[in-house]
Amino acid sequence: MPLVVRLRSAVCLLGRFPALAGVDLDVAPGETVLLSGGNGAGKTTLLRMVAGLLPLHQGEGEVLGTDLTRDRRSHRRRIGFVGQETFCYDDLTVRENLRFATRAAGGNTASADAALEGLELGRLADVRHGRLSTGQRRRLALAISFAREPELFLLDEPHAGLDAPGRAYLDAALARASGEGRSVLIASHELELVRPVVTREVVLTNGQAHGAIEDPPSPPPVSPADKALEPTP
Amino acid sequence: MNLFQEAALVAGKDLRIEARARVISQQILPFGLIVLLLFAFALDPDRGVLQRTAPGLFWVTVLLACLLGVSRSFTVEADNGARDGLRLSDLDGSSIFLGKAIALAVELLVFEALLTVGVVVLFDVHLASLLPLALGTVAATVGLAATGTLYGVLAAGIRARETLVPVLLLPVVAPVLLGATRAWEASIDGVPGDAWPWVALLAIFAVLFVGIGMLAFGPLLEES
Repeated sequence: MPLVVRLRSAVCLLGRFPALAGVDLDVAPGETVLLSGGNGAGKTTLLRMVAGLLPLHQGEGEVLGTDLTRDRRSHRRRIGFVGQETFCYDDLTVRENLRFATRAAGGNTASADAALEGLELGRLADVRHGRLSTGQRRRLALAISFAREPELFLLDEPHAGLDAPGRAYLDAALARASGEGRSVLIASHELELVRPVVTREVVLTNGQAHGAIEDPPSPPPVSPADKALEPTP
Repeated sequence: MNLFQEAALVAGKDLRIEARARVISQQILPFGLIVLLLFAFALDPDRGVLQRTAPGLFWVTVLLACLLGVSRSFTVEADNGARDGLRLSDLDGSSIFLGKAIALAVELLVFEALLTVGVVVLFDVHLASLLPLALGTVAATVGLAATGTLYGVLAAGIRARETLVPVLLLPVVAPVLLGATRAWEASIDGVPGDAWPWVALLAIFAVLFVGIGMLAFGPLLEES
């Protein structure tokens, strides 16, 4: 099965500074990968580059079948990106922001309304984004991401600002997404919260990834019965 | 969604934001009326000068308001990383350009309609030929909105965009100021035949910059 994310020696410059200095990373379908590392390690840059918001300056990069060196746009609508900002408009209500973002991503208002209820934002539907608390904004950003029904979630500190029910919903939603074959790449400092829901952890240090590529799964052991069925030369 | 549906989605979003924020009605319109009043005070001793220069004063005021509108249009995209939200969407750059330009044009047309009333009342101007005046105004407004949206995204990612946009935009829209002023003068004088060549010039300018904007906006948004 093709990889959802495949990076080889990926370099991304912020100005002249190599925020990513030769990263190798594979993410398989249905996999939930934690990106950990200190401040400035390159976690956010990696997510933004995978989303196509930052250019891949050197190396190879393929996300959802799109070669990032040639095209940074085609795969975006299949991505649910929750960044450190909400990408919302202060003067639009929660419902209007959600519907606009969903329709702009090619979705419909039904999935927007479902995400609204899923993240328990119904009572805030007519409140303007500018009047929301930090946690409520985070919920809205997650709702927008889920409403797009993406194949790949890119989540930057998704638990930040969420209360206990919000975190529980997020964890359940991520587990469900993984079960449906969607992949998740999470950058977080809250390791104790995220580790239980991920399948693998990749540590970024100074723009380089450690533990980023797994050995291919070994073939299942062959039983004596199977051996007996093998054709003889 | 096709190009026009996407443009309508973006335009609707921008117009709804402006309706809520009331920047046009509470800040830009009062600004325009104050500018007209200041011109009236400055030139008051000679009423004839006011009437002769009314078209030019009107369009200079519209240009200044356009700068504020462009700034506002891209400020809302800078807040909360909304510009990244647009980039992550499935919307084509051409439709985002059209949507933002349409919203800006609608805002400017509302502003111009109210400012026209101010010019008629304050400067005692009689609008003799309404058709060339209306068509010239619409063509000039479309040209201004298209150019403003294009240069707005060009400067969107730059820290000094507030000061850079006027420096970049004003020289480019000089033909609009000239053409619209001449079209208004001819319309006020009741000589519509003299207005039509200027209306045609304004229409060509509008079509040219709508075309350039549709081609260039997407790549510029990516680099902003």
